[in-house]
Amino acid sequence: MLNIQDITIQYGSHPVVEHFDLDVKPGEIVSLVGESGSGKTTVIRSVLGLLPGGGRVTDGDILFEGESLLKKTEAEMRRLRGTDISMIFQDSGAMMNPIRRIGSQFTEYLRLHKSMSMDEANKKAVDMLRLMRLPDPERVMRSYVFQLSGGMRQRVGIAMAMSFAPKLLLADEPTSALDVTIQAQIVRQMIQMRDIYNSAIILVTHNLGVAAYMSDKILVMKQGRVIEQGDRERILKHPQMEYTKKLIEAIPIMDGEIYVD
Amino acid sequence: MSTDSVLLEAKDVTRIFDVGKKQKLHANNDITITVHKGETLGIAGESGCGKSTFIRLLVQLDEPTSGEVLFHGKDITQLKGEQRRLNRRNIQMVFQDPDGSFNPKMKIGKIVCESLLNYGEIKPSEIDGTASRLLEMVELPAEFKDRYPFELSGGQRQRVGIARSLAIRPEILVLDEATSALDVSVQKSIVNLLLKLQKEQNLTIIFICHDIALLRSVSHRIMIMYLGNVVEIVPSRDLAKGDLVHPYTQALIGSIFSLDMDFNHPIESIESEMPSPLDVPSGCPFRNRCEKCIEICEKERPKLKAVGEGHEIACHLF
Repeated sequence: MLNIQDITIQYGSHPVVEHFDLDVKPGEIVSLVGESGSGKTTVIRSVLGLLPGGGRVTDGDILFEGESLLKKTEAEMRRLRGTDISMIFQDSGAMMNPIRRIGSQFTEYLRLHKSMSMDEANKKAVDMLRLMRLPDPERVMRSYVFQLSGGMRQRVGIAMAMSFAPKLLLADEPTSALDVTIQAQIVRQMIQMRDIYNSAIILVTHNLGVAAYMSDKILVMKQGRVIEQGDRERILKHPQMEYTKKLIEAIPIMDGEIYVD
Repeated sequence: MSTDSVLLEAKDVTRIFDVGKKQKLHANNDITITVHKGETLGIAGESGCGKSTFIRLLVQLDEPTSGEVLFHGKDITQLKGEQRRLNRRNIQMVFQDPDGSFNPKMKIGKIVCESLLNYGEIKPSEIDGTASRLLEMVELPAEFKDRYPFELSGGQRQRVGIARSLAIRPEILVLDEATSALDVSVQKSIVNLLLKLQKEQNLTIIFICHDIALLRSVSHRIMIMYLGNVVEIVPSRDLAKGDLVHPYTQALIGSIFSLDMDFNHPIESIESEMPSPLDVPSGCPFRNRCEKCIEICEKERPKLKAVGEGHEIACHLF
C-alpha cells in the first residue's frame, strides 16, 4: 500500500535522511525508533508532504497505492490528508485552536472533507469521541482545549484522525507526553482502532517498549539511516548492531539492578 | 544508607490552594517523610498528584499551609529574609528543562558560577578557573564555559544544570523530572553521573520521576503519591513485579511497556483518568479506580501503616 523507495531528504544542501526504504501493508503497524535527531519525524512528514522550512525529497519516490505522492499537486495532497492518510502528534492540543470549542473544530474538519449536514457532523463527531472512550462526549464537544487533560486531548486527536477510516495513520510520538497509565490506555485504543478500520500505522517513538508492544516491524534509525530492522523478536532478542544493543540496555527494567546500596 | 542520621523531615505538610470563590485544592495532604543523609528518595505519581508542589515546599519556593519541614531539626518554612536566603544554599534544585531556567544570553561559565557569586564565595575574576573545575566535575570539556546554552545538546545542558546546582555544595539535591526529556542512552549517562557524584560527595538526592523502573534503580526508597496523598513508601528492594504493594503502585508498574513483558497479553492498566484534585473522592482517594475497593474504602481515609521494614502502605487491605 505504501512503498517508500530509497528516499533521501535534504534541508538545504544537507541530507538528513538517506536511502530510506519501507513497505507497509494494510493493517500493519511499523515503528521508527531512535534518538532525537535521527530523522524519524522527517520521514513521516515527507509522506504527508509536510516537511518544514525548505525540506524536500531529493531522491527516490514515495508510492501510495501505486501512485507517487511526490508528483501530486498541492490540491491532490490536500484531498488525501485527513482522509486516506492522517496524522496524530505528540500533543494534539497544540494543533487545535485554543479559543474555539472542540465541537466546532471537529465538525468543521468533517465537513471540509465530506459534504454532510451540521447534524450529521455533530453525530459523527460524538460517535468518534465515544469510540475513543471519552466520558461524556457531548461535554467534550462543548469544551475548549485547555479544559481537557493531556490524555483527553490525545483521544480527541485520534478520534479526529480516524474519522474517515484512513488507510494510513502517521503517529508522531503519540504517547510521549502522557503518564504511564494513560499511555497504556492510548496504546490499547490505537491497536483497537487498527482492528476496527484496518488502518496501517507508522509510529514514531523513542519508547522501545511501546514500539515492541504495538508493531509488526521495527526500524532502528541513527543519523538519518536505518541501521537495523525486523520484527520484535529479532530486534529485542537478537539485535545485531551495537547501537541497538546499547539502546536496549539503556532502558530501565522493573526487575533490573539497583545501583544504590 | 551510609548513616542513619535524619537530614530532612516533613511533618504533616499540607498545602491548600484557594481556587475560585469557595473551592480549595488540596495539593498536598498531611505528607510525613524523613530523608537520611546520603539517601536517594524517589517520588513517583501521575501528573497533578502534588509531587512538584511538595518539592517546591522543600526548596522554599513556596510555604505549606500547615505542617513543618525540618532541616537538621530546624523548621525552615518560617524562615524570613536573609536567614531564608542563606538556607537556600543547602537544598538546590535541577529542573526538567534547563533551557527555561538558564539565561540564554549568559555564557555557561557564568551560569555555573552564578550562585557562588551570589553568596560571595568567589570574585568575578575567579569565574574562569571555577567554571573549568565545575564542568570537569560533570564530565564536560572546560571549553564549554565560553559557549551559550543554545549551543549545547539537551544532555549537556542537563549536566550544566547539575553543575550549577552543586556549585555551592548543597547537602540535598532535588531533581524534578531531570532526565525525562532526554533520550534513554543520555538519560543513563546522567543517572550514572548522579550516582558517581552522590558517592563522592555523600549527597542526599530527592528524585522526581514518572518512570518507576528508573526510580527503582537509583533510589533507596520510593514515595508514591496520588491526588496529594502519600499512598506508599517502599524500599526499592521490596519493589519488584508481584510483590506486596499498594493497588495504585501495582497499576503504575503494570502500565510499563517493558522489553521483557509478555507481548501476547494485553497491557494491564487501570481504566479512567485521575479525578480532578478539586474533586477528591471521600475515603480513600484511589477508591474509584481501584479494583479491590471494599465498603470501608468509601468511608474512611486509610492511614500509612508499616507492612515491613521501612515499608508503609495506606490501604485498608493491608
